[in-house]
Amino acid sequence: MDRSPLRDFIVGLFVLAGLAALAYLSISIGGFSWHGRGGLELSAGFDETGGLTLHAPVVISGVRVGEVSGISLDSNFRARVDMDLDPTLKLPTDTSASIVTAGVLGDRYIELQPGGDETIIKSGDRIAFTESAVILERLIGKLVYGITNGEATETKPKPQVTPK
Amino acid sequence: MANVAMGEPGTKAESSGAVDTPPVVLDHVRMEFGGRRVIDDLSVGFPRGGISVILGGSGSGKSTILRLIGGLIRPTAGRVLIDGQDITDLSERRLYQLRRKLGMLFQGGALLDSSTVFDNLALPLREQTRMTAGQIADEVHATLAAVGVSDVDRLLPGQLSGGMLRRVALARAILRKPGILLCDEPFSGLDPASTKRIESLLTGINRQWGMTMIVVSHHIPSTMRMAQRILLLMGTRTVEGSPGELRSSADADIVDFLDEEPGTAPGMAKE
Amino acid sequence: MSNPVSSLGHWSLRVVQQLGRMAVFAVAMAAAAVKPPLRVASFVRELYKIGVLSLIIICVSGLAVGMVLGLQGYHTLVRFGAQHSLGAVVGLSLIRELGPVLAALLVIGRAGSAVAAEIGSMVATEQLDGLRMLSIDPVGLVAAPRAAAMLTAMPLLTALFIICGLAGGYISGVGLMHGDPGSYMASLRANVDFHGDMIGSLIKSVAFGALVGVVATYRGYASAPTSEGVSAATTSTVVIGSVSVLLLDYVITALWGV
Repeated sequence: MDRSPLRDFIVGLFVLAGLAALAYLSISIGGFSWHGRGGLELSAGFDETGGLTLHAPVVISGVRVGEVSGISLDSNFRARVDMDLDPTLKLPTDTSASIVTAGVLGDRYIELQPGGDETIIKSGDRIAFTESAVILERLIGKLVYGITNGEATETKPKPQVTPK
Repeated sequence: MANVAMGEPGTKAESSGAVDTPPVVLDHVRMEFGGRRVIDDLSVGFPRGGISVILGGSGSGKSTILRLIGGLIRPTAGRVLIDGQDITDLSERRLYQLRRKLGMLFQGGALLDSSTVFDNLALPLREQTRMTAGQIADEVHATLAAVGVSDVDRLLPGQLSGGMLRRVALARAILRKPGILLCDEPFSGLDPASTKRIESLLTGINRQWGMTMIVVSHHIPSTMRMAQRILLLMGTRTVEGSPGELRSSADADIVDFLDEEPGTAPGMAKE
Repeated sequence: MSNPVSSLGHWSLRVVQQLGRMAVFAVAMAAAAVKPPLRVASFVRELYKIGVLSLIIICVSGLAVGMVLGLQGYHTLVRFGAQHSLGAVVGLSLIRELGPVLAALLVIGRAGSAVAAEIGSMVATEQLDGLRMLSIDPVGLVAAPRAAAMLTAMPLLTALFIICGLAGGYISGVGLMHGDPGSYMASLRANVDFHGDMIGSLIKSVAFGALVGVVATYRGYASAPTSEGVSAATTSTVVIGSVSVLLLDYVITALWGV
């Protein structure tokens, strides 16, 4: 048969190179990770999600423990965020959830602060204590308002960054 | 096994009766290509175990007849029967099974040009039998030896001379010991020595294995020597007969036809 | 005489007929590919011809495209003071669109036309008929391994194209324009999402691979058995292949929401 061992080897290298490229793009850059099966499903309500996206990480003390599995609007027009977390977690029922930003202009994610209660949260429960996302523009607006109306004597106008 | 009286002059193959139904029969076959009628209402039977030659000028439809027999094309009208079985409407899969009875020697050899001679011959054995590599090698070498070719295993078809290529292709065609061998212009483009060699190979195979052969050719001398029956395609006329009959025929068209220089394409039949 | 409307009708019917034949051919190939004997040696040989031999053109083009993206991207982003997002811009453009589409077009031109020409010349020299007379199905022996190799090679080549493109963007954006190397990679990582971007890109490259595999083998298989037929098979592979890749790109982009 016309087999060439050298050619087989080269083709094998080619396939490995291609797969390695795919893996690098997916994992290192795309952030794909084999998280262990989720299973602990919790929800939380927020006034403002600030651009939180699906599959955003859920973090405790900087360690990723799960991801956002759903974002929807409840009957009071509040945002409801569903989370899919590591099932081995034992969180107290007074755990709080806040939407924080990675850096100043980065992506939003959810940070959980475990409380001190004895009872452990169960799958399907709702997190009662939440802190909504901080919107930078509103913060700046408040600051300007505070400066012009409050105790500040120097009226330094906030530099306006006008895009385009 | 030859139990049919050959030789009686004027006996048509079809009228031999139920004892020996011709293995290949065309029944009122018509073939048109895009409006052009190439074969019109042809009915003919090719005798079992005999060498039949289809003679005709270019464009007379001789290669078309072979392709119809092989099932590579289907007739516009009429039937083609192989061993009594109507192959006209067979599915591709059935056709593949049927073709085990057939072998075809194409004009250009039609060997896979990027495979070696050995691989070309081994291919059907590898695909369709459970023979071991050793058995396959033996079979391939034996068949190549039978056509007088050796030491070409590793060559590519493009590296073979015309005559050798033809013989290798012949080896591939007879590899599966088919009962019916179809040859498309086996002598074309060969020098006289190679032509003689192919001719004796074909007659030898026919004698040894009783293979029914249908040969398309325009080489009149070889035809006259080899053939038991000749089908003459002259434009609108078709004539069938043994070499003796045709040679002694007084028919003007036939005389003109056979009078052409051997080895050159006979002129188109005159009206 | 035929009027324009009838001509249009006639042409449309022929197009549909062609599509139908191609679809039937594709199914026949798929069936033959999974039925033993599995032609592994053939597949590997074709993967070499289609994949490995396309590496140079893919990597060089990827690098070049990436460098242009880096340059153009930098000039544009600098106006908005957003040049630290160059990595994301180059990466997303490559991963979502330019990688799959350009890699497919390059492969069509290089390997697709070669496959069509090869099969077409086998038709012209009666090699496929020779196989049929040996009771060997040419679709399974000749066409299926080539289409399977095309399908396999496309995503691999696309990934390599993208990597070279990212490198090219880095070379021009960071090396030439003195952008910040850290923010190139950081913005790239932060903005490329596996689910939204990578999976969509993978779907595209696999779909393109299948499409080009079918088009190239079919055009060769159905070509007229003449030299003109072979040349027609080659050019129509490139034309039909390119146009359908671009159309399919739109369809997938719209459906996947990428």
